Amino acid sequence: MSQLIIQIGIPLALIILGLITGTIIEKNHRKNLRKRQAQLGDITLCNLKNFSAYIDPKESFLVTGSVCIATDYFKTFIAGLKNLFGGEMRSLESLLIRCRQEATMRMLEEAKENGANSVWNVRFETATVAGKGNKRRCAGVEIIAYATALKH
Amino acid sequence: MIVVNTETIPGKKITAINGLVQGNTVRAKHVGKDIMAGLKNIVGGELKGYSELLVESRREATQRMLSQAQELGANAVVNVRFATSSITQGAAELYVYGTAVTVVDEE
Repeated sequence: MSQLIIQIGIPLALIILGLITGTIIEKNHRKNLRKRQAQLGDITLCNLKNFSAYIDPKESFLVTGSVCIATDYFKTFIAGLKNLFGGEMRSLESLLIRCRQEATMRMLEEAKENGANSVWNVRFETATVAGKGNKRRCAGVEIIAYATALKH
Repeated sequence: MIVVNTETIPGKKITAINGLVQGNTVRAKHVGKDIMAGLKNIVGGELKGYSELLVESRREATQRMLSQAQELGANAVVNVRFATSSITQGAAELYVYGTAVTVVDEE
């Protein structure tokens, strides 16, 4: 009996913990992103290479922003269920969107700090850093955004 | 909506850059397809289930990118790039991004 409680109880507790803390972290992160977005003001962001057709820059430099993010236990659990039936994994989608926004934001903040007016030729890269090949472990994903910032 | 992965569109002139637009989706196939793919691994060959999954997902991601471009009031997306990442087993994230621009016909 006690074994049963341990076998079911611990994963259940982790799922509930994941759900509660995960939701709180997500909410705070969104709020934080909105605040920083407002502070950032007006910087043009695009992935075009050919800036010379539009502007005449005085100075250019590379800016990068990276972030490593992990899923919570609840999201992993839901994703595991979804894996049986197939279909969209909304929980992971929103996680990755947030992660990418964070990476972009860090990059833009670096550009802003150095006095850039626009950011060109943005590229995104992803790397899986944890939990790969192990279904029960939460996955961690690193996203890096890099671009050329221009002063003009 | 014009979508190209070059920086310019022949016969059109870019008048304004509306900004970066992006779309993503994470999808999985049902367990039956996963098992079939596992079996296919023994003999080799195309994994039809997964090909289908990736095509569908890419279309969905592109659609999301286009609706974002529409919101920005753009009429074309240039320099489109695709990226893929694996987040958990049996699921893949498809990510697509490009620059939303406003174009007019060149005289």
